[in-house]
Amino acid sequence: MKIVMAIIKPFKLEEVRDALTAIGVHGLTVTEVKGYGRQKGHTEIYRGAEYAVSFLPKIKIEVAIASDQVDKTIDAIISAAKTGQIGDGKIFVINLDHAVRIRTGEADAAAL
Amino acid sequence: MTFKRPTRAGWAALAIATLCIAGFVDVAFAEDAAPAAAAAPVSNKGDVAWMLTSSALVLMMSIPGLALFYGGLVRTKNMASVLTQVFAIVSMIGVTWTIYGYSLAFGDGGSMTPWIGGFAKAFMHGVDASSTAATFSNGVVIPEYAYFVFQMTFAMITPALIVGAFAERIKFSAVMLFILLWSTLIYYPIAHWVWYVAAPDDVAAAAKALAAATDAAAKTAAQAKLDEVTGNVGWLAGAGALDFAGGTVVHINAGIAGLVGALIIGKRVGYGKDLMAPHSLTMTMIGASLLWVGWFGFNAGSNLEANGTTALAFVNTMVATAGAALSWLLAEWMFKGKPSLLGICSGAVAGLVAVTPASGFAGPIGALVLGLVVSPICLFFVSTVKNALGYDDALDVFGVHCIGGIVGALGTGILVNPALGGVGITDYTNITGNNAGTYDLVTQMIAQGKAVLATLIWSGVGSAILYKVVDLIVGLRPSVEEEREGLDISDHGERAYNM
Repeated sequence: MKIVMAIIKPFKLEEVRDALTAIGVHGLTVTEVKGYGRQKGHTEIYRGAEYAVSFLPKIKIEVAIASDQVDKTIDAIISAAKTGQIGDGKIFVINLDHAVRIRTGEADAAAL
Repeated sequence: MTFKRPTRAGWAALAIATLCIAGFVDVAFAEDAAPAAAAAPVSNKGDVAWMLTSSALVLMMSIPGLALFYGGLVRTKNMASVLTQVFAIVSMIGVTWTIYGYSLAFGDGGSMTPWIGGFAKAFMHGVDASSTAATFSNGVVIPEYAYFVFQMTFAMITPALIVGAFAERIKFSAVMLFILLWSTLIYYPIAHWVWYVAAPDDVAAAAKALAAATDAAAKTAAQAKLDEVTGNVGWLAGAGALDFAGGTVVHINAGIAGLVGALIIGKRVGYGKDLMAPHSLTMTMIGASLLWVGWFGFNAGSNLEANGTTALAFVNTMVATAGAALSWLLAEWMFKGKPSLLGICSGAVAGLVAVTPASGFAGPIGALVLGLVVSPICLFFVSTVKNALGYDDALDVFGVHCIGGIVGALGTGILVNPALGGVGITDYTNITGNNAGTYDLVTQMIAQGKAVLATLIWSGVGSAILYKVVDLIVGLRPSVEEEREGLDISDHGERAYNM
C-alpha cells in the first residue's frame, strides 16, 4: 500500500477529486497548507509597510491506495492539476505499512 | 440673559453685530445698553432633532466605526483588545463627561476662563430640560442637554483615536488610566480654549449698544461692556483661530498624543521582522464607511442648528472625502504600483480629518482641493517619513490624524477667504478685533498656526508626562510573552474569533 501525497494549487482541488473518483479512488484527505518551492512569493504593501509573503497557500491531498494503483493515481492527479505554470505543485509517494477501518476493524487492503 | 451659556461661538451673532455697527450706525436705536430681558429664545424642533441625530451619528463613528477601522488593521490575536479599548474609552468618558468633563470644557471658569472651565457645572449642576445653549445664529438656541450630549460624543472619540498609535502592545489598565488622565488634563482644557465662548448673544447685544451709543460717555460704557463679554472666552477662540468641528481639538490633539505614545512605549515585538499585515481589510472598510457617514453628524452637526451652513458643512464633508479617497488611491497607484483598498479607506479618513476644521468655512470647491491635497501628504508621512524615522505608529494615528489635522487647520485659514469661495471671517476674530468681513491671510494664518502649535505643545508634552506617570503606577507594556500571545488572551481572557 502507498500514500500518494500531492501539493496542488487550491483552485485545482475539484478537478483532482473528479479525476481520482473516475479511476476508482474512493477517499482522500484534504489540508490547507502554506509553503514555497520554485514559485516565489509576492509583496504585499499596507500603507508604508511592505511584506514579502514567501509562503503561498496550497492544498495538500493524501490518498491511501493499493500499490498497483500508484501510477494510475499519479497520472490522474497530473492530468487534473497541471497548468504548465510554475507553482503547480508536487507529488510524493510514501510506503504505507498498515491500515485499519475504525468502524469495522477491517485491515489493510479491505480498509482502503 | 438669566444664566451663562456654554457655547462654542457666536459667529453669526458677531456678523450681525458688525452689520449693526456698519449699517445702522446713524440710526439711533433708543435701546438700553443692557441686554434686553425679553422673552427667552425657544429652541426649534428641527434643530433639536438634528442635534440629537448628530450626537448619535458621532457615537456611531466611535463604536463601531473607529473600532472596526482600527480592529481590521491589527492581527487577529489583538482584535478583541482594540475593540474593547475603544468601547471602554467611550463608556468611561460618558461617565467622566457627566461628572466633571462638561463643566471643565464648557463651564465658566471665572478668572481662569481663558484656560479652563471650572467645576460650576460638575454633576450637571444647573442644567435641566429648560436650559439652553447658544448657537452661531443670534437668538437661536438649542437645549443644553443636546449640546451636552453632542459635545460628549466628541470627548469620547478623541481619546479613542489615540489607541491606534500603540495598538497591540499596551496593557488595558494602562490605556484606561492614561485616557482618564489625558481627557481630564489635555482634552477638556483644549476644548475649552478653542470652543468656549460664554455668551454670543450678549456680544451681539453689546455691539449693538455700542453702535447705538450717541455721546462719548455712552460709547465708553458700551465699549467696556463689549470688552467684558468678549473677554469671557477660551484663549484660542479669542486669538481668532478657526476650527469648525475640531481639527485642532480632536485630530491634532489625538495625533500628537499617539505619536508620543508610540515613541515612549516603543515598537511592537517583531516590528519590521514579523508579518504584521492587517487581519481584515473588510472590517477596516466597514469601519471607514461608518466613519464617513457618522462624520456628517460630526461636521454638519457642529453648526449646532439646521440651516444653510449645516448643508454647506455636509456638502464639504462629502466632496473633500471623495477627493481625498481618490487622490490617495491615485497617488498610491502611481508611486507604489497598485491601488489598494486600505489606501482608499485611509484617504477617506484623511479627507474627513482635513475638512473637519474647514467644513463650515470653506466653499465646496475649496474643500475639494483640500481633500485632493491632504492624501498625498499623509501618504508621504505614513510611508516615507515613518519608515525613515523608524517609529511604530501602528495604525498611523500621527500620519493621518495629526498631519491631516494640521493640513486642515492651515488650509482652513486659506480657504475661508471669500475670494476662494469661503464664507469669510465671521467669528472668533471679531471677538477682540471687531473686524468681521475682513480677511487677512497673514493674520489668519498666524492665528491658525498659534492654535496648531499650542495644541502640539500642550498635548505633546502633557502626554509624555502622563505616559511616564502611568508607567510608574501600572506599567505601560505587557511582558514580551504576553505580547506574543496577543492582548486578547493576556488582557481579556477571550478571543475575537473562535473558528
